[in-house]
Amino acid sequence: MTLRSTSPLWALFLREWRVARRIGGSGAMGVVFFLTFVTLVPFAIGADPNLLARIGPAILWIAALMASLLSFDRLFQADAEDGSLDLLHLGSAPLELVVLIKCLAHWAASGLPLILAAPFLGLMLQQEPIALGGVVVTLLAGTPAITLIGGIGAAATVTVRRGGLLMALLVLPLTIPILIFGVSAAQAAIGGSVPFLSPFLILCAMTLTAFALCPFAAAAALRYLGE
Amino acid sequence: MGAYSAQPQLSLLGFCMNIPLSTPSCAPNGSSQSLRLCVEGLSVQRAGRRIIDNIGFKLAEGEALVVSGRNGAGKSTLLRALAGLLPTLQGAVNLNSGDLEVELPQNTHYLAHADGMKLALSVEENLNFWANYLAAESHPRSQSIAQALSIVGLTHALRAPFGALSAGQKRRAALARLLVAYRPLWLLDEPMTALDQVSRVRFAQAMRAHCVEGGLIVVATHEPLGFETTRELAL
Repeated sequence: MTLRSTSPLWALFLREWRVARRIGGSGAMGVVFFLTFVTLVPFAIGADPNLLARIGPAILWIAALMASLLSFDRLFQADAEDGSLDLLHLGSAPLELVVLIKCLAHWAASGLPLILAAPFLGLMLQQEPIALGGVVVTLLAGTPAITLIGGIGAAATVTVRRGGLLMALLVLPLTIPILIFGVSAAQAAIGGSVPFLSPFLILCAMTLTAFALCPFAAAAALRYLGE
Repeated sequence: MGAYSAQPQLSLLGFCMNIPLSTPSCAPNGSSQSLRLCVEGLSVQRAGRRIIDNIGFKLAEGEALVVSGRNGAGKSTLLRALAGLLPTLQGAVNLNSGDLEVELPQNTHYLAHADGMKLALSVEENLNFWANYLAAESHPRSQSIAQALSIVGLTHALRAPFGALSAGQKRRAALARLLVAYRPLWLLDEPMTALDQVSRVRFAQAMRAHCVEGGLIVVATHEPLGFETTRELAL
C-alpha cells in the first residue's frame, strides 16, 4: 500500500475501491448471485440444449442486470450514514465528478467481476464461443450505463431507510432500453437478420449518453436531499 | 500577499486558497488581507419551520465563536447552513480575504456527529484520503498524518482499522482530519463528544493554535472549551 499525495478524485477512486475490496460484499456476492440465477434457469425451463443456446445471451443479460442491482443501494447511503457525504460536498471537485468517480469505482469493483464470470456461466447455457464473445462485449459496453442509472436511483433513495426495493422500482424501467439493445446485439453475434454493429453501436451511444447525463441527475438529487 | 491583488480570478478559481502568511493578528483590523467570516440576516428553514431567524455576526481572523443554546435551538442547523450544506431562506454567508470573497466550501472544515471515516479502512488510509481529497494542493500548514495523530494522542493506532477503535479514539481520529488538510475556517458541532479529559485539553490546545495562526472557529458546544474564546452567540 502506498500512501502519497494524489489528486482528490484519484484518492476518492482508490478509497472506494479499497472499501469495496475490504468489505468484500459487492463484488463476490454479485458473482455468486449471478451464478445462482444462471443455474436456476435450466431447472425452470428444462435442459434443452437448443433452447438454452438460443435464449442464453438474454438470460446472462438479465442475470447481470439483477446482480448489479443488488449492490446499488449502499452506493451513497453508506457515505450519508458515516458523514462522508457532507464532507464530499466540501471538496474542490464538483459533486458531479464525485458521483461519476464513485460510479466508476463501483463498476470496477462489482460490474467487472460479473463480466469476467459471464463466459464461464455461458458454458452452462450451451453457448458457442462466438456467443460468449458477444455477451462479454455487450456487457462491457452496457453495464457502465446500468451502473450510472443505478447511481441516480441510489442518490434519489439516499435518505430512505431500506430503500433497496424502491430503488429497484426506480431503476429497472430505466434500464429497459439498455437491455433491449444489449440482448439484441448479443443475439446478433450468433447470427440472424440484424448485423451485430447496428444494435451494438446504439448500445454504446446509450452508455455515452448515460456518462454525460446521469452524474448531473444524481448530483442534483444528492444536493436536493442534502438537507 | 500581492498574489491576491494581481490575480484575483485565479485565487478564486484555484482549488485551494493561499492563506496570507502575514503575522497572525487577533485584532479585527490586523491586516488588509485578513480573513473574515461575515454572516448577515441568515434565516434557515427546516421541515417548514424557521429554525434560524435573522442571525448575523462577523468573525475576524484568529477569533473563535462559541454557539450555545438548549437542545433543538438550531446550533447544528446553523453550522450546516454556514458550511453551505443547507439552503438558506434569506441572508448571506461570506468568507472574505481583504476585499475579495473566497470560496467558502473549499476553505471550511465541517465536523459533526458522524466522523466521516470508513470502518473497513485503517486510520492512516482514512486520513490519507481526506488529506488528498480536502487539500487539493498541499498547504504548508497541513500537518503530516503522524504529526496530526501525535497531536490528538493516537499515534499507536496508525494502522488499526477505524472500526476497531473506541468511540473516543474515533473522535480523536476525526479531529486529526482537521489538521492533515489545512483549512482556515473550522465549523465544529460538539467536537468534544466522547473525549476524555486529557484529549479535551489536547484538542483545546489545537484549537487555540489554529486561532493563533489566523484561523477561524465556530463551535457549537454545551461544555467549556478550556481556552479563552473571544465571542459567544446564544441561540
